[in-house]
Amino acid sequence: MRRSTPVFAALGDETRLTLVMKLSGGSRCSIAHLTEGLTVTRQAITKHLRVLQGAGLVRGVRRGREKLFELEPKRLGEAQRALDHISKKWDEALARLKSFVEK
Amino acid sequence: MAKSSTDRIEKRIELKASPARVWRALSDHREFGEWFGVKLEGPFVAGKTTRGKITHPGYEHLTMEMAVEKMESERLFSFRWHPYAVDPKVDYSKEPMTLVEFRLEKTKGGTLLVVSESGFDAIPAARRDEAYRMNSGGWTAQMKNIEAYVSKTR
Repeated sequence: MRRSTPVFAALGDETRLTLVMKLSGGSRCSIAHLTEGLTVTRQAITKHLRVLQGAGLVRGVRRGREKLFELEPKRLGEAQRALDHISKKWDEALARLKSFVEK
Repeated sequence: MAKSSTDRIEKRIELKASPARVWRALSDHREFGEWFGVKLEGPFVAGKTTRGKITHPGYEHLTMEMAVEKMESERLFSFRWHPYAVDPKVDYSKEPMTLVEFRLEKTKGGTLLVVSESGFDAIPAARRDEAYRMNSGGWTAQMKNIEAYVSKTR
């Protein structure tokens, strides 16, 4: 299901990145709150939030009649961890290149 | 378009060797294979794909493919490949590739090498998790073997 959605593609957009940043403080925000200070429409924000939800990065919580959104930090952590792993492999490969050309 | 911090990796390393020496270690497929740990079937040619068996102990069942993009002598070597292509049963050919770039710059002491890999944002997250699980552990131990080999052939 959502596990196969490219998290990374979901983040490859300026507005979505801004939304994730706004939510990264750990607070729950309404759509109205999230739209504040942005030049995009409420409808556009709703669409972007749907993409983020599809990627498992954000989840919606209902409070009374209002829908609030919050960050799903675990998913972002997984993405970062995968990249850290590749990064480490590069460090190791470059250390081998270094001893190879400096011998 | 803004790129997230998860799209790109960049590494910089100072090498005490001339750009000519570093270029040979990158652009000659046999030399590349020695430090990288792969036995490539053919030379690197811009616009062509070369493949070869991984030679790291424990990873010999894997074949890797490199689609060479640019070869600008002593300046830039770039190719595309499939990151996390660690399961021989999976056909990765339909998946997006990442771009790897090696940029060389002459310095007083030798060569500054800047390596970047970008395009991770397009890779399905599930694949990343799976590759991470398959790779973690084991890898560090394999590296020890390579290091031992390199220092022996010094």
